[in-house]
Order: sequence, then C-alpha cells, then structure tokens
Amino acid sequence: MTPNLHLWLIPVLPLLGAAANGLLGKKFSRQTVVAVALLFSGAAFAMVLLAASRFSSLTTPHIEYLATWIRAGKFQVDFSFYLDQLSLVMLLVVTGVGFLIHIYSVGYIWEEGGFYRFFAYLNLFMFFMLTLVLASNYLLMFIGWEGVGLASYLLIGFWFTKDSAAAAGKKAFIVNRIGDFGFLIALFLLIKHFGTLNFDQVFQGVVPMGAETGGAGLLTAVGLLLMVGAAGKSAQIPLYVWLPDAMEGPTPVSALIHAATMVTAGVYMVSRSHVIFERAPVAMTVVAIIGTLTALFAATIGITQTDIKKVLAYSTVSQLGYMFIACGVGAFSAAIFHLMTHAFFKGLLFLAAGSVIHAVSGEQDMRQMGGLRTKIPWTFWTMTIATFAITGIPPFAGFFSKDEILWRAYQASWVYWFIGLFTAFLTSFYMFRLWFMTFFGEYRGVAEDSHHEPAHDIAHADTRAGAPAPHGHGHGGIHESPRLMVVPLVVLAVLSFVGGWIGVPGALGGSNHFEKFLGPVFHATTLGAEGHGVATPENESEGPEPQAGHATELIFTGISVFAGLLGFGLAWLLYYRDPQLPQRIAASLGGLYQAVVHKYYIDELYAALFVKPLIAGSALILWHGIDRDVIDAALDNSAHGAREVSDSVRHMQSGNLRSYAGWVAAGAAVVIAYMIWMGTR
Amino acid sequence: MTHLIIFLAFGALCVAGAVNLLVQRHPINSALSLVVVMGSLAVEYLLLGAEFVAAVQVIVYAGAVMVLFVFVIMLLNAGEEERTRGSRVAMLLGIPGMLVGSVLVGWMLIGRTGRQTVAAGALPGAPRTIGWLLFHNFLLPFEVTSILVLIAIMGAVVLASHPDADTDRKES
Amino acid sequence: MVPISYYLVLSGILFACGVTGFLIKRNIISIFMSIELMLNGVNLSFVAFAAQWHALSGQIFVFFVMVVAAAEAAVGLAIIIAVYRTRETLNIDRVDLLKL
Repeated sequence: MTPNLHLWLIPVLPLLGAAANGLLGKKFSRQTVVAVALLFSGAAFAMVLLAASRFSSLTTPHIEYLATWIRAGKFQVDFSFYLDQLSLVMLLVVTGVGFLIHIYSVGYIWEEGGFYRFFAYLNLFMFFMLTLVLASNYLLMFIGWEGVGLASYLLIGFWFTKDSAAAAGKKAFIVNRIGDFGFLIALFLLIKHFGTLNFDQVFQGVVPMGAETGGAGLLTAVGLLLMVGAAGKSAQIPLYVWLPDAMEGPTPVSALIHAATMVTAGVYMVSRSHVIFERAPVAMTVVAIIGTLTALFAATIGITQTDIKKVLAYSTVSQLGYMFIACGVGAFSAAIFHLMTHAFFKGLLFLAAGSVIHAVSGEQDMRQMGGLRTKIPWTFWTMTIATFAITGIPPFAGFFSKDEILWRAYQASWVYWFIGLFTAFLTSFYMFRLWFMTFFGEYRGVAEDSHHEPAHDIAHADTRAGAPAPHGHGHGGIHESPRLMVVPLVVLAVLSFVGGWIGVPGALGGSNHFEKFLGPVFHATTLGAEGHGVATPENESEGPEPQAGHATELIFTGISVFAGLLGFGLAWLLYYRDPQLPQRIAASLGGLYQAVVHKYYIDELYAALFVKPLIAGSALILWHGIDRDVIDAALDNSAHGAREVSDSVRHMQSGNLRSYAGWVAAGAAVVIAYMIWMGTR
Repeated sequence: MTHLIIFLAFGALCVAGAVNLLVQRHPINSALSLVVVMGSLAVEYLLLGAEFVAAVQVIVYAGAVMVLFVFVIMLLNAGEEERTRGSRVAMLLGIPGMLVGSVLVGWMLIGRTGRQTVAAGALPGAPRTIGWLLFHNFLLPFEVTSILVLIAIMGAVVLASHPDADTDRKES
Repeated sequence: MVPISYYLVLSGILFACGVTGFLIKRNIISIFMSIELMLNGVNLSFVAFAAQWHALSGQIFVFFVMVVAAAEAAVGLAIIIAVYRTRETLNIDRVDLLKL
C-alpha cells in the first residue's frame, strides 16, 4: 500500500505564502511578512524532511496523482508528482538552502523598500522550483521551468527603477526563452513519438530502443534540443550571457537562484532524461563539449573581473560546466553530487559576499576592499571555508565532487580531464585572488578612510559606473552583519565542510554512499553491450579492477589537489606579495588582456548579430509594414470607405417622392427579371 | 364574335380613360377619367361572368371611392398643376424600369397562356356563391378586413380633424 | 371566345399607365388616383385568371382588394388634407423636407 505523502503540499505551501504576501503584504507589518514567508517555506522544508524520513518505506518511483489537467484524445497530462532518490536530493537542496537564504534575506532586505514584494517573489520562486523538481511529466516540469524564469526576471529586476536592473531582468528572461524554444520542440517530438509526456511512460518507451550511434535519430534530436533548453537555463555556451548581468539583483537572489537552485534545473533535467541521453552518444558528446568549453571560457573571464559578484557569477557558469561534463560522460550521479556541494559552497560564497558588501556599505568593487579580515571575522571565516571548498582542497566538500567528475571525465577522454584540470587551476586562482583582494592587505576603500587612493590593480574592467546597489545605509564604519545573516553563513559553512563526506570514493577508502543512493535511478535502465561511447557504469569502481583503478585515481586526485595549491600560490604571489605585478602583466599582454576583460566582446557580438537586426527588422517589418500599413490601414480604410459609400448613397434620399417611385419601379423591374430568369432556368 | 367586339370596345375605352388621366392637368379631369375607366372595367368583369364583382366595382369603387376623391379635390380647391422641376431619377430610372417590367411580364403571360381562350360569362360569380365562400372559407380575412376598415375610419377622422377643433372641445 | 392573354394585356396596360402617372404627375391627388388605376389593373388580372382556372377565390380576392383600397383611400386622403393644411401646397415637389 503506497502511503500518501501529500507531495502536492510541498510546492503549494510556498505558493500560499507568495499569495498571502503578494496580495496582502502591503498592509502587513514587516514582522508579519517575514513570519508568513518563513512559515511557508519552512513548512515546505519540514514536509520534505518528513518525506525523507519515510522514504525507505516507499517503492520508487513514488508517484502521487493530484488531478487531471489536459485530456485530448489519447494524450493526457496530469498534475502528478514524482518522488525518487534524485528528486529527493533536489528537494532537500532546494528547500534546505532556500530556507536558509530566506532567513538571511530577512536581515539583508530589512531596510529596503518593497519588502513584502521580495518575499512574495522568493516564495513564488520556491513554488515553481519545487514544481519543476517534483513533476512527473515533462509538461509540468516545463511549467516550473518557465515559472522559475519568471521569478528570476522579477527578482533580478527587483530594483526596477534602475535601468540596468530592468534591462538585466529582460535579458535573462529573453535568453531563457531561446532555450525554452529548444525544450518545447523536444517536447513536441516526444509527444509525436510516444504520445505522452509522463516520465515513466516515455522512459519505458525509450528503453527498448538501441543506441543511435549514427548520430541521427529521434533520441539524438531530443537530446540536443533538451540541451539547448538546459544551456539557456543553466547558462552554458552560447546562452550564458544573462547570468553575469543577473548580478543586478539582490545578493540573496543571486545566491538562491543563480547559484544553488534555478541554474541547476538544466542539470536536473538532463539527469532526469538520462535514459534518452544514454542512447544518443552524439548528444552526450555535445553536452560534454559544451560543458568543457563553458567551464574553461568562464574561468578565463573570471580571473580578470573586479566586481566581487561578477567573479562569483562567472565561477557559477564555470562550475555548471563541470556538471555538464559529468552528464556528458555519463556520470550523472557525480553531476548531482557536484550540484549539491556547489549549492552549499556557492550559496555560501554569495551570501558571504553579500555580507561583505553590506559591511562596506554597498561597495562591490574588490579594488576598493582589502584588509577586512579583522573587521568582519565571521564573514571571513565562513568565506574562507567556502573558498577552500570550491577549489577542491580536501577534506572540504568540493574536493570529492570535483574529483569524481575529473576521474570520470578522464575515463571518457583525456582532453576533458586536462581542460577540467586547467580550469580547476584557474578556479583556484581567481577564488584566492578574490580572497586576498577582499580580506588581506590594507583597506583601499572610502567608507572609513577617504584619503586613500584606490590601489591600481588589474586595470579598468567593467565595473558599472556608480554605486552598484542602493544598499548604503550610512551608519558608518565597517561592521559585521547582524546575526540573522551570519547564522545561515555558519550553517552553510558546516555543510560545505562535511557535505562531501557522503560521496567519498572507493579509492580513498570510503564507499560512495551518494552514488549508491542514486543508483536505482541511474542504473536501472543502462544499456547493455550494444551501447558505447558511454562511460563505464559507475559501480565498476568497486568491481573487477579495484587496485589498478584506485591507484590511478589516487594519482589524479593528487594532481588536482596540486593544481588547486598552485592556484593558491599564484594568487598569493600576485595579490599579497607583489600587488603591482598584475598590472605589469596586464600591460604586457595588451590586446589579449583587453579582450578577456571585456568578456571576449560576446555581448557586443550578440548585440550586433542578433539584437540590433531583430529590433530594426521588427520596427521596419512588423511595426511599419504590418501593424501600421496593414492592420491600421485596413481599419482606417474600411472606415473611410464606409463613409465614402454612405456619402454617395445618401443622395438617394432626396425627399422627393417621385424619385423614390422611380427607384421602386426600377427595382421592381430587376426583381421581375430575376424571377423570370430563375423560373425559366 | 360579339364577345370580342364588346371586349375590344370597352377595352379601348379603358385605355383611353387611363391615358386621359395621364394627360390632363387638372385633377378633376383625371378623376372623371378614372370613373370612366372603372365603369368600363365593370363591363369587362361582366364579360368574364363576375357579376358580384362588377356590381361592387360600380357601387364601391366608382360610387364611393371616386366620389370621395372628387370631394377632396373640391374641398382643397386644387388648381391646375404647376410645372416644377421633377426628379431626374424618376425619368431616367422609373420610366425605363416600368417599360422593361411590363414588357417582361407581358411576354411571360402571353407566352404561358398562348391560345387559351375563355368564354363569355365563363365563371359565374353569383352573390350567393361568393357569399357562401366568404362566410365559410374566407371567414377570417373577412372579419379582419372589417377591423381594418374600422381602423381606417378612425385614422381618417383623427388625421383630418381640424387642429383647432380639439382645443375648442377642451376649453368648453 | 377571347383569348385570356388579351385580358392580361389590358391589365398590363392599365398597370403601366398607373406607374407612369405615379412618376409623371405633380399633384398629390393625381398620384393617388394613379395608384387606384394600378389596383384596378391588378383586379382585372385576378378576375381573368379566376375565369381561366375556374377558381372563385380569384374573385373573392378582388373583393378584398377593393375593401383595402377603400380603406387606403380614406386614410390617404386624410393625410393629404393634413399635408395641405400645413404645407399649403399640393405639389409633391414642394413636400421634400425629409431629404438628407
């Protein structure tokens, strides 16, 4: 007897919170708004914990049906919810980290205007994200997919009176839509061939199909199109351009949406559809290549940015690239593992960055920071833990997940591994650069000392002119954040430290609990002997060749730790020992440096290639050509014509009876003629 | 043979009266021509055997309606017509239209009926038979027309009453 | 033995004269009389057809036409009197206030 866990409550509770705050929040006091928001998101988290506690008694996948939504002939889509190990992991991450960020936001947004709006949007986002994760069919997932895009737009443009924020919100939404288009086409293909969008039914239909090694076929098409959607949502090449701009939003938003949850939706979707991808090797290769290129590309940009949030944004893009490398080589549980640890440490990094920004009264340019180590100790120590986690230093969380990915990538192709390794070096470099510039040296900013010239670091970059966020509150001096903001930092720091321990691989003496937990999801439908191009099934690391595999793995682990330490060393050299050195290096690199600092001019390229022609074409063809000259003209001319006709006809009513009689006689003749003609036909 | 002669004689009289109606300028002359037309038509009806209709034609049409017309002409002291600018439409559209219509209708009727002939007094319409039909098959139209006449009378009285007459009645 | 078409031709001629009078005449009463002429023409054709088809309902119909024509004449002349009172003219070209 399958127990009813009332899964539908998990998304609906935050929806109620959003409705309450959205509709009535204006009249609530701040305390009430906070209480409502925290209550509903906390309740969702509690329900997830409840489901987790009873998880072992369930048969997976556990599907709960709520209502029928669409029924058209044989095509049916229901509101039903799907719980298995994968969605449980995602649920825990989303609700857990989400709840922590809600708590943090209370402190961060307390003095802002639009207080209730923020929490309403946050809860709304939770609703959509949870729908996405819990959906048991692609269409309901698409609803959540679109909805998180909407919530992202609303939250990025939260300070909508600022032009750059509003534009960033639009950019995010529009670029997402491009990806969604690919997603939609994939859905149409699925409907056409399987007649349904339910996960279990689609996958059952796919399982008997063999691998499409030729590279052309339904599953390859579906896989590639799904990847287009994932590239849009998870900011991969070529649709990543919205994520750096999304930093216009408040920092908790960046933490929640653009680090921990929304951007991981693409990874989740690809993992969920692993059955399809495993049978389309070409699509998998494309996924891996995109992930690799994106990881490297974003990391190179990250080493030149001076805005603390932008560095983290590019870092997110890069880390997402890692997750897609993992998906592309078939190591789906490794991707999810990295997703989870990334949620911890990247969320922590953003929240701590928010704390730093809060401390220096709104300044986001790292060149204006420095020496904050002693002034904001809690923030410093939690951020340090997060930095070590992301660079993959053991025993922090990032080490285990990143290493897993690199090891699996190597087994598919050494190219992936090498680029991933180099990117890990770059990651370490820019993260420790951030660490040194923010917390060490002398304070270079103006909040306390106004006589300091800002030190010349790497030359002018793309800092936005003027104050980044309307966040200054002028109660002078650099101060630690309130407890409400610090507590989530501490919790996440703990998770960043211990979070990787559930996935310790066999080579290092553990038994990979995480992978085993996700085993039923990813192994039940792997290919048999005819599949190739897919990485060896994951339980082989404990299988036939343990010793040789372990030794190689240990060597590789050592190499990646070394890369991380190398990055640390280089950053120490350039930003602690000899701060003038970066400027000389930058000057000597000249044009190349300029290109990287300006993000390889990709935004300008897109603007010239797509945006401007689209706007011009739209104005010329759609506005002038169709709207004005066809639609408006049709209406105007028909009105004009009606007037002309009536103007000429009105002369018939002359008031003269004889003319009327004349008309009648003529008309009668016509009628008689017609009737005679009809009669004789 | 006599049938044909009588028909032609009184037919010619009809047409002459009709044309005279068109030609005359004083309405009283037109009215009297119309009386001639109606009289001749009564004879035509007799030729076809419609005795009752012929009698009614003379009594009601020629004897009551036309008298009414003459009364009104005398009451209003209508003089000769003036020449006023008419309507171009009436001339350009109406006359040709009428001609075309009548030619068409005539051609149709002649084509259909062709050489069929009807004898004199072909269908005797005695008052008894007409009456029987009126009060059995056509009772409803008969009663309705009586109401119609009542309404017409009331309407005529109201429309033609002198405006001052009403106020006088109210004041007194 | 007269062919029925002769009666019908006569009826048609009367009708055509009526229409022509309606179009040509300027005195309202003359126009009204042209209408009566038209009605008479129609009556003749009714009676002729009744004789041809041996259906007395044709003559009955003539009876009704006459009744209606009488009623119409009464009302119409009353209207003419009213018009004359207000417009002081019987010329139809003068009564054209309803023009656009």
